[in-house]
Amino acid sequence: MPLFYDEDQSMLEDSAAEFMKSEAPVAHLREFRDKNCPDGFSHKLWEQFGEMGFNGIMASEEDGGLGMGLVEAGIIMKEVGRNLSPSPFLTTAIAGVEGLNGGSKALRDRYLPGIIEGKTVLGLAIDESGKHRPEAIAMEAKRSGNGFSLNGKKQFVIHGASADMIIVAARTAGSAGDKDGLTLFAVEKDTKGMDMDAVRLVDSAVAAHISFDNVELTADAVIGEVDQGQEVLDRILRAGRVGSAAEMVGVGSGAMHITLDYLKERKQFGQLIGEFQGLQHRAAHLYSEMEIADAIVRKAAEAADANADSAELLVSAAKAKVGLACNLAVREGVQMHGGVGMTDEYDIGLYMKRDRGLSEFFGDSRYHANRVAQLYGY
Amino acid sequence: MSDLEQFRKDTIQWLEENCPAEMRLPAKSESDICWGGRNFQFQSDAQKQWLEVNAARGWTVPDWPTEYGGGGLNPAETKILKQEMTRMGCRIPLSSFGIWMLGPALLQFGTEEQKLHYLPQIARGEIRWCQGYSEPGSGSDLVSLQTFGEDKGDHWVVNGQKVWTSYADKADWIFCLVRTDKEDKYRGISFLLFDMESAGVTTKPILLISGNSPFCETFFDDVKVPKDQIVGQLNRGWDVAKYLLGHEREMISGGGISNEMPSIGAAFNEIVALDPIMRAEMAAFDVDTLAFKAMGELFMDELKAKKGHPAQPNMMKYAGTELNKRRHELVMAAGGSDSLEWESEASKKGAKARNWLRTKANSIEGGTSEVMLNVISKRILELPGA
Repeated sequence: MPLFYDEDQSMLEDSAAEFMKSEAPVAHLREFRDKNCPDGFSHKLWEQFGEMGFNGIMASEEDGGLGMGLVEAGIIMKEVGRNLSPSPFLTTAIAGVEGLNGGSKALRDRYLPGIIEGKTVLGLAIDESGKHRPEAIAMEAKRSGNGFSLNGKKQFVIHGASADMIIVAARTAGSAGDKDGLTLFAVEKDTKGMDMDAVRLVDSAVAAHISFDNVELTADAVIGEVDQGQEVLDRILRAGRVGSAAEMVGVGSGAMHITLDYLKERKQFGQLIGEFQGLQHRAAHLYSEMEIADAIVRKAAEAADANADSAELLVSAAKAKVGLACNLAVREGVQMHGGVGMTDEYDIGLYMKRDRGLSEFFGDSRYHANRVAQLYGY
Repeated sequence: MSDLEQFRKDTIQWLEENCPAEMRLPAKSESDICWGGRNFQFQSDAQKQWLEVNAARGWTVPDWPTEYGGGGLNPAETKILKQEMTRMGCRIPLSSFGIWMLGPALLQFGTEEQKLHYLPQIARGEIRWCQGYSEPGSGSDLVSLQTFGEDKGDHWVVNGQKVWTSYADKADWIFCLVRTDKEDKYRGISFLLFDMESAGVTTKPILLISGNSPFCETFFDDVKVPKDQIVGQLNRGWDVAKYLLGHEREMISGGGISNEMPSIGAAFNEIVALDPIMRAEMAAFDVDTLAFKAMGELFMDELKAKKGHPAQPNMMKYAGTELNKRRHELVMAAGGSDSLEWESEASKKGAKARNWLRTKANSIEGGTSEVMLNVISKRILELPGA
């Protein structure tokens, strides 16, 4: 398969681009930010995502979805990134659905229809410290009667306080670092003992710190097999990493393009600043980095969809590479805008904030470069 | 069995019957490469035989038309031949600037007579070509070149100097950019072909920092060039040169996109185990290598489908050559004092150090990285006044 998009994929790209531009442009982000909206996204927009048919992209046709994959999900995420559109698409329709794909039919029947319609929102409770370290999950889920009792803390659960269900990764056996002993749970909102502390982040996303205090769950809440949750978690992480990497291609590309526009209109010393070779070469280097980042993200999505042996290596290489390229785009963007780049009025600063948030989501470029080294055996 | 499957089967059989065992061992050094030409000294009978059987079949240039000495293969067949040769470890029977550079330009711009005359000589490895582009005062600003061809009716008289002429001291003929109109900077250059044995041509090898001399200075003192030895129109040689530079950039950027790009960190695992900073640098390099490899795949897919931006080879050349330079910096650092050895047998006559120094030219030859960035700025990003 060639790495460029085929006709159907190009059509999806066009419709996603048009939709985000008209329904969720940067002005949309500003609007809900300024209103201090507690959810961090618009429920109306989420329903529109459903009407567009985007939300069923990772669900199988038997489950009422479209049975596509991460290549297509990535196409949508790039447009989300380019427009800084706040939505639960990544956590819910990509990573969350991929988690449910590893669970029982009963769980899929319960949540997928609402997700596909744009009514249901999922949260992902994986991280337990400021850095993404899923191999160090320590939160306990003790067997209790026929079910389980959860105790511990999770953080960086994006729009967790608005979620209808939260996927929680906890240990039912073993200790941090063991491959066996993880179990994933589907925890309904308002479950007794679950305490949410919603905090606003630098990029206006709203994330929850969640405390679990003897949260009692029945066996039905288990996604996949008890003690074998690593497999489902790996699926969630792979999908989330590709999705967030694709979003960062969009963020970086969006930042680069508004910066290029600025270089073509701003005059100093009697000439357009885009005429200065000092800026041209930096812009051209940035273009090169963004092109390469886009290519590895496409390749990683393709490999993940094909479940290729190289998928994990390519997915980590993709998140590592795009982390550096997108960060370069926003830093160069603010610098090349000069003073106005520091103002809230100009959009470039919003791209810088979003890059910071996304770089931490599902692991930063250092985490993934380290993982590439480990996968290569050094 | 489909036609292509049959072709693969026949190809494997032919290679097995015709490729000498010696020609299936990896080339150990520069001298194992067959360049052909009037004065070429074959390293072995096997090397000579391998060239001759391929030339007879048109497989030194498998995708050229048969009437010009090629194999007449379509792209799918050419790919299969390459795959099978790689799989069996067969050496490339003939390497030459005639194949890589002049040939494609002649196929595009040459007259029928020129194609019938020059292309079969290239295909059979009879004539070795060199490229006369850069001059002492015209490197990145190539179009300012001053070598002048004075019109003398049925011939030109060429005077001037070229530099960085690869293997000029070993080449039989040169394809050369010569100014034929001093008034017009771009439309005053012609693309001429002439024999390096012509009276008035002298060459002087340039000793490089690697200790090798792959390049020469080439001097022209009243060299007579007949009028039928021009490619393309008079004063429009820049069009030919640009077309050819595009080929050269693809070729050089291709140097970074080999199918085999193993992990650098894994190759030096004992060293990275003791040096966390080295490990981090190598991990970052491996990330960039994987990413560039994906870019290479996307680039080739787009090139084949005629989808990519026409200036994209400049981006590939920039990124690929900078990556390769970085690789050799890391290889040198990982080797420590071992990689400093210049002559010992253990170091294969200083291969690491010499290769490292050689890579510094990657981002200079065929258009510097800075020129590549200029082209990206102007043609892709459409920045003003670039």
